[in-house]
Amino acid sequence: MIPETVHEVLASYPILTAFALVGGLTWLGYAMADKLFRGRIHGSAIAIVAGLALAAVGGIATGGKQGIADIPAFSGIALLGGAMLRDLAIVSTAFGVRLQELRGGGVMGAISLVLGLSASFGVGAAVAWASGYRDAVSMTTMGAGAATYIVGPVTGSAIGAGHELIALSVAAGLVKAILVMILTPAVAPAIGLDNPRSAMIFGGLMGTNSGVLAGLAATDPRLVPYGAMTATFYTGLGCLLGPSLFFFVIRSLAG
Amino acid sequence: MAIYGTALLAACLLAGVSAGMLLGRAMGIDADIGGVGIAMILLVLGTEKLRAIGKLGRGSSEGITYWSAMYIPIVVAMAAGQNVMGALAGGAVAIVAGAGSVAACFLLVGILSRSAKQAGESGASE
Repeated sequence: MIPETVHEVLASYPILTAFALVGGLTWLGYAMADKLFRGRIHGSAIAIVAGLALAAVGGIATGGKQGIADIPAFSGIALLGGAMLRDLAIVSTAFGVRLQELRGGGVMGAISLVLGLSASFGVGAAVAWASGYRDAVSMTTMGAGAATYIVGPVTGSAIGAGHELIALSVAAGLVKAILVMILTPAVAPAIGLDNPRSAMIFGGLMGTNSGVLAGLAATDPRLVPYGAMTATFYTGLGCLLGPSLFFFVIRSLAG
Repeated sequence: MAIYGTALLAACLLAGVSAGMLLGRAMGIDADIGGVGIAMILLVLGTEKLRAIGKLGRGSSEGITYWSAMYIPIVVAMAAGQNVMGALAGGAVAIVAGAGSVAACFLLVGILSRSAKQAGESGASE
């Protein structure tokens, strides 16, 4: 009687359930950072990994694609962590940023976008070739997936890749996003990721919105608007260049 | 009032994403190019303008800063909604392609941010 009633309430107030769940996860992350790791790992990094672990639990339990949000009681997670509120929160972080600083990194940001897309397409295409997918369509689709999990299917369907390959490219993009979320705080000191300019370079090179934003949040939340500024151009640019320029280059190389 | 700040923020995002979508369509793709970036520039310009004429009160500011304070929890929710099993289901090819791309880009961040720093320092000394 009691569990059914509670479940019914949780499922009918999805966004409130999401607030409570995320509040609990965030608290857990910061408590563990403080007590267990004595501040060596940032609380938000632990909370993000805990979120990913919950997403895996949701995926195993339901076989769905939206992590824990596929369990009806937690469907509000899809709204709270969805593109709409995520973008609203990203834009709000620009409040208080001086336009001067955003403009200062403009050229470097543009260079990093082109380099980042080329590197991801190159690595993805090379891995596809090494795994036996040696036609230009397969190599370009995998390269696009290594850019982001949106560029992958957009490029793949534009150049006529099969379903299996498109699924593979989405998986490559998801692996990238998750690795960037987890690894960024750890490698940040080694790659000099500690100022607005390097954050803009980072956003342009990595491009995966979810990875960049979670990675920067766990490294230093003040860097978020700078990384977001360049990363926001990446997926669009990738969808533009993937089925055109990169496909032509890879086709001429693959023969 | 807080709603003024939140309304400005929402309007900037709606305008930015519309501009990004139009930019994408003008280039022949059905994707948003730089919508969030355009929105950020609109917000910075808009709030600077309002502050200059004394129309950005504390209440309005709080309508914006609430959302930046919610940023990390929203990212945690985003993580909890990721298709983690889908990433693992792709097997070795997907994992190597994703991980290889991340490794290459981390290396490039190190190289580019160092050269940007040197350029900045030599520029400052001139």
